[in-house]
Amino acid sequence: MAGPSDLAALKAEAMVEGALAPIDYLVVAPVAVCLLFSAVLLMLRKRIDWHPWLAIPGFLALFAIDVLLLLKVALEGPQTMMMGNWKPPFGIAFTVDMLGALFVTTAGFVGLAATIYATFSISRTERRYGFFPFLFLMMGGVSGAFLTGDVFNLYVWFEVLLIGSFGLLILGSEHEQLDGATKYCFLNLVATTLFLITISYLYGLFGTLNMADISGKAGRFEDDGALLTISVLFLIAFAMKAAAFPLNFWLPASYHTPRFVVSALFAGLLTKVGVYALIRMVLMLFPAQHADLATIIGWVAALTMLVGAFGALAQSDLRRLLNYFVIAGIGTIFAGLALTETGGAGEALATAASAATGTDGGMSAAATTGSAAPLVTGTSNLVVGLSGAVFYALHSIVVMTALYLTAGTAARIAGSSSLRGMGGLWRRAPGLAALMLVFLFAVSGLPPFSGFWPKVILVRGAFQSGLPWLGAVILLTGFLMTVASARVFALAFWRDAPEPALAGARDFGPTGQPSPLLSILPLLILAVFVVAAGVSPQWLVTLTEVAARGVVDPAAYVGSVFGGAS
Amino acid sequence: MRTVIFRFTAPYLTALMVLFSIFVLLRGHNDPGGGFIGGLIAASAFAIYGIACGVVAVRRALWFHPMAISGAGLFFAVVAGLFSLFAGTGFMTGLWIFPVFFGNEVALSTPLLFDIGVYLVVVGGITSIALALEERDTD
Repeated sequence: MAGPSDLAALKAEAMVEGALAPIDYLVVAPVAVCLLFSAVLLMLRKRIDWHPWLAIPGFLALFAIDVLLLLKVALEGPQTMMMGNWKPPFGIAFTVDMLGALFVTTAGFVGLAATIYATFSISRTERRYGFFPFLFLMMGGVSGAFLTGDVFNLYVWFEVLLIGSFGLLILGSEHEQLDGATKYCFLNLVATTLFLITISYLYGLFGTLNMADISGKAGRFEDDGALLTISVLFLIAFAMKAAAFPLNFWLPASYHTPRFVVSALFAGLLTKVGVYALIRMVLMLFPAQHADLATIIGWVAALTMLVGAFGALAQSDLRRLLNYFVIAGIGTIFAGLALTETGGAGEALATAASAATGTDGGMSAAATTGSAAPLVTGTSNLVVGLSGAVFYALHSIVVMTALYLTAGTAARIAGSSSLRGMGGLWRRAPGLAALMLVFLFAVSGLPPFSGFWPKVILVRGAFQSGLPWLGAVILLTGFLMTVASARVFALAFWRDAPEPALAGARDFGPTGQPSPLLSILPLLILAVFVVAAGVSPQWLVTLTEVAARGVVDPAAYVGSVFGGAS
Repeated sequence: MRTVIFRFTAPYLTALMVLFSIFVLLRGHNDPGGGFIGGLIAASAFAIYGIACGVVAVRRALWFHPMAISGAGLFFAVVAGLFSLFAGTGFMTGLWIFPVFFGNEVALSTPLLFDIGVYLVVVGGITSIALALEERDTD
């Protein structure tokens, strides 16, 4: 055994010095809170009546912590905490920059809304099977994936969120759900294995899995194709998770089987975790390889958008239709990731396009100039595209969750989720119909809601970086999604209710109407974001631009890990 | 499997295995062993008891539902990490105290608490799977 003086010397060499204030714990707090609540609810499995009353404060606390973290990152830059006080790159780092903070806050936001919705839409039996513990476990995994600064740790959080999502997926133990869950499990198993293989390859090359460390070493690494291989493998693994074409087949096959609230969270969050991981791993760590792959990402984006939009047009079931909206959204995000530094052709086209799209936003003309001006002048296309992609991802998290929740309420009122069986909801639930209209406008990218601005940024960016066809596909997809949305609204809400014989009797959660206020509250919460980001997008554009700059130039991220970790 | 010999020996075997699993858990900090392997040994003990004397007997003997045990384990593991909040160090830092009981120094630490958490998670998780499978079998 080493003597006390030896021990002190060893500790000084291996461990981080300096005391941490409790405020520094914000970096790990989202994960710790989720896991603690999951554990406590699991222990209280007999008291299922208490579950909602513990889950709502739990998610309120989570959201409050996320907002505080976002504020701290906005004011002080990236934050790092080393697990177990071990020095980087040997210890596991939790590093949160603006990108991670934005994603984790949005996740907490939709988690809160979904929990309020779940308190009345999840039956006692499903609560007994552990709905709320699984929900917290999944949120813990999602938060961990957004916060970690270590590649292997990222894999671990993927596993944690998968365990939670498997539990949520088979909650009703119906035949259809098991069928969907099998496809989901298999696909995720393949993607996660691919991810793991890539991690081992990465470790073999660099001898480290700390993201900041890799980011520093990758620039000096003489590339003989190994880095490109790793980037391609990451692209495949995360595109599979994100359901990008041609690996999108599993999503429409599995997301329509669980409860609406579960579909809502899956559609909102889980695919975006894949997108986040792709941004983090490929765009931040391997920028040179990303430039090589940009053309492929562009094609993937265009095909994903078109598959999503045409798929949505072809569906007659509301939930299956929304599944394709998710895919179209993923395509739009990928389009933002396809822009590179090079380019500059088509400047005139860009102005023309911006003028064409800008006229629609007449009601907030000040915001038009405000949002577009700092993004277009003096910044690289990479930052513009990434900023638009992050904005669109955040918008998509909120809007897809909101659409599934609204569809759930609509299906319960109409007794069917088939567009053939629904109808007359405009008369029976005008408030719900108005909210649905807001969300459908937003998802199609129509002003004045949150989907409009990121599309403006992306279309402009695409034209500026010499990819006019990509911009055209974004616009075409927006048009097709508008048609699909109009079909939903016309059939399910506007027309008179069809004959009751057409409406198949299906179970959409427990019978007995919840109080109208409670059932509309989560939708209102989500609508606040959709309207706020649509009418006054400047605050969000500023934040996403900071996030994009942080990814393009990760100096602050690296500095937060290696320069004084406290 | 309900022979007289097996039913007679199973309780003793179970008691021994649980005792051994706790021994493996506690020696795990410096020697081979630890929470995960200890938990597996304890879970197989409960599985043997279930095969011999029926699932109902195991559930009664455990008192808590296996999933609640898992929950408690997860709780301990997170709390073990949160102790470092009060010490002003990074999450999950190992902290030690050496109280003296009856003249013997006992090393208590947050890694030990974390390991106990892992032990309980494994015991609860594997036991609940084993009991569910055995229940199906007898139906």
